[in-house]
Amino acid sequence: MLSTIDLQRTLAIRADFPILARQIHGKPLVYLDSGASSQKPTSVLEAMDRYYQTSHANVNRGVYVLSEEATAAMEQARVKVARFIKAKSAKQVIFTRNTTEAINLVAYSWGSTNIRAGDTILLTEMEHHANLVPWQLLAARTGAKLEFVPFTEDGLLDQDEYTRLLEQAHPKLVAFTAMSNVLGTITPAKAMVAQAHAAGAIALVDGAQSVPHLPTDVGDLDCDFLAFSGHKMLGPTGIGVLYGRRELLEAMPPFQAGGDMIREVHLRSATWNDLPYKFEAGTPAIAETVGLGAAVDYLNALGMDFVQRHEQELVSYALERLRQVEGLALYGPEAAKRGGVISFTLADVHPHDLAQVLDSEGVCVRAGNHCAQPLIEKLGLPATARASFYIYNTPDEVDALAQALEKAKTIFAL
Amino acid sequence: MMDDYYREVILDHYRHPRNAGVLDAADIHAADSNPLCGDKVELFLKLGEDGKVSAVRFSGRGCAISQASASLLTEMIEDKTPEELKQLGKDDILDALGLENISPARMKCAMLSMRVLHQALGDDDWFHLDEEE
Repeated sequence: MLSTIDLQRTLAIRADFPILARQIHGKPLVYLDSGASSQKPTSVLEAMDRYYQTSHANVNRGVYVLSEEATAAMEQARVKVARFIKAKSAKQVIFTRNTTEAINLVAYSWGSTNIRAGDTILLTEMEHHANLVPWQLLAARTGAKLEFVPFTEDGLLDQDEYTRLLEQAHPKLVAFTAMSNVLGTITPAKAMVAQAHAAGAIALVDGAQSVPHLPTDVGDLDCDFLAFSGHKMLGPTGIGVLYGRRELLEAMPPFQAGGDMIREVHLRSATWNDLPYKFEAGTPAIAETVGLGAAVDYLNALGMDFVQRHEQELVSYALERLRQVEGLALYGPEAAKRGGVISFTLADVHPHDLAQVLDSEGVCVRAGNHCAQPLIEKLGLPATARASFYIYNTPDEVDALAQALEKAKTIFAL
Repeated sequence: MMDDYYREVILDHYRHPRNAGVLDAADIHAADSNPLCGDKVELFLKLGEDGKVSAVRFSGRGCAISQASASLLTEMIEDKTPEELKQLGKDDILDALGLENISPARMKCAMLSMRVLHQALGDDDWFHLDEEE
């Protein structure tokens, strides 16, 4: 079986990621856990280094050169991120720690002023805990109800049920993932947002898996909120983004309070700063925003169409290759409807044991419930193992995974 | 390294767990799970008239390390008094598994049944020790 991947280009990309040269247990590292966190190219590491070595000071306050440079570096990164997702204004890009904090921001700030007892929040059964538990807490605080769009046997969101729930439950908010972190399912986000709006609901899209791997255009998507993380898109940990519709963000109260987010403070009262600073209390992760800006530059240089195509080709190859491993069960939709994520189980071997054997071959996969316990329970499984791909993965690494699975079969006498 | 993890004794106890099952009207009983990977162990002990464990059973599901450890632990339990059981600890499980050192994540799998035992015994001291590690 031949893959259509441009191997020379992939090898050139790999050379930009120093960690990929590592050996694990004497074997080449095969990193198949980018869905959990991606590796970082030299350009990202150097941008952060350079920032600390030449320009670091606190932002938004000093009049001296360093502080001005630090502020400019952070704001340049904000503009890069805004352009990357095609936001109209950089003011709509709020820096958070990660996707989780971005969703919590909406759940607390928008939720506390817009959700009342008896209101419905519509989620799906394939959400990461980050797009489930904040809404559970909001529902508990307010007396709101949660409803869930189920997924079908082939791992797709049940669109008939979605339509029915929109009509019957009249949700105030619809929150769903653009790409499942377990099944890899790419959801029809644009159509779902349009339907949510037609039903009078606000739409939040969890882009933690989609933004790093697919072209994103918030104007076209027309979502009200989009949340994503820097560390899954070649950037550092500790930096994430909430994109929001401007009218909504302006009407929302602050999330966390402290320095930077205020305009005027008196002993017993305060007024709020403009967007985006209203939602960025305290000293931000400055170097991390710089790193995220460099990650965006790197992805732009490749082109997100290329990134998507590479992963599409790799996941097609992987599905075909892994189907040859007898006893291996694969979950999720066909290649055309998924990103570079494959969950699997091998006979009755616990995925944790499976991941351990794969690690002994240098192959890194995640095992567990992938922070999506309701989804895993619906599949009737205790856990799955998951391989997830990015621009630096090759068909050879898929073969290494398949060979390591054969070794696991020998060990567990399958 | 993997050869360490999947030694014959571990695979044997995983595939053929000793003292598997449940005991009705157990004198000492507890259950717990490992949030990291969802391993579950439930432990049942019956005491004889001499105050020593006369019967032990466990039920559970999860990875080879957690289930083999539970099986091995049940073999250490019979004929001991609750006070003697409180002396059992991490090294006893690692010795039985034949492992000297395992990663912190797998340590939680290995020690799940020991946690359940000390929980069943109401041994608060043990949990303080456990947390210090």
